[in-house]
Amino acid sequence: MNLGPHADFIVAAYAVTIFVVAGLVAWVVLDYSAQRRILGDLEERGVTRRSHRKDEQ
Amino acid sequence: MAIIDLANPTRFLTLVNRVLPWLAALTIALFAVGLVRAMQAPDDYQQGATVKIMFLHVPAAWLSMMCWGVMSVAALGTLVWRHPLADVAGKAAAPVGAAFTFICLITGSLWGRPTWGTYWVWDARLTSVLVLFLLYLGVLALYWTAEDPGRGSRAAAVLTLVGAVNIPIIKFSVDWWNTLHQPASIMRMGGNAIDPSILWPLLIMAVAFTLLFFTLHLAAMRNEILRRRVRSMRIIQAQEARA
Repeated sequence: MNLGPHADFIVAAYAVTIFVVAGLVAWVVLDYSAQRRILGDLEERGVTRRSHRKDEQ
Repeated sequence: MAIIDLANPTRFLTLVNRVLPWLAALTIALFAVGLVRAMQAPDDYQQGATVKIMFLHVPAAWLSMMCWGVMSVAALGTLVWRHPLADVAGKAAAPVGAAFTFICLITGSLWGRPTWGTYWVWDARLTSVLVLFLLYLGVLALYWTAEDPGRGSRAAAVLTLVGAVNIPIIKFSVDWWNTLHQPASIMRMGGNAIDPSILWPLLIMAVAFTLLFFTLHLAAMRNEILRRRVRSMRIIQAQEARA
């Protein structure tokens, strides 16, 4: 595939897009595991949400 | 499950956990097809191979506006019905929309240099998209820095609805003013002006970007619901420690 005399601009555009999209995916995945971990810690310490307490009663 | 049931965050989480893997797989598959078709597309007779930047720039531009549309509907839900899931949807969409607008601006700039001879010009289309990016940053600042999350959400919703005025300005800027940016080539009176050999890869990439948006938005909404659960549990923990 020949990208011609402006190959640098094309490659840079694709590289920036891949970088930004990869950053978004990483943010969503890491944030999910962080929230799950914190919730797990709180539940282990016996902290429950009010809605759960209503269910238990 | 009725649609109204999805307004319950727990039921919404169940649905998201079920749908997300399929949506992510479909997004990856469509990107694979779209990128192969984009690389195989012929060069433009005027712009040469730089037309390949269009397969990123145009879908990112569409999504930057669509995301603001989603946020505007969510803002109405926050302000009129005060529904917490609407607020979650608005807050989760803002970073994704800001990222797509950033991609639109950068790829447009990289496409503009070889095509127009300049990275940037203060014409109506480019300037109104820059304003959209600044509005995204403003909404994010309100969400992320407000001491009281409720007040921050309402302020962000108001800014979102005010900023919605900018969307038709972006769309019609190329018709209302003389701009270096070209007018619409697909959604225009008289049909599209793009050859099918370039149009099809563009449409596949546009659908792939749209699915990417919904995948990221649903995943970010799930994270935000969990974050609010963490917050309410910490408040309970603090109250119990004080009692």
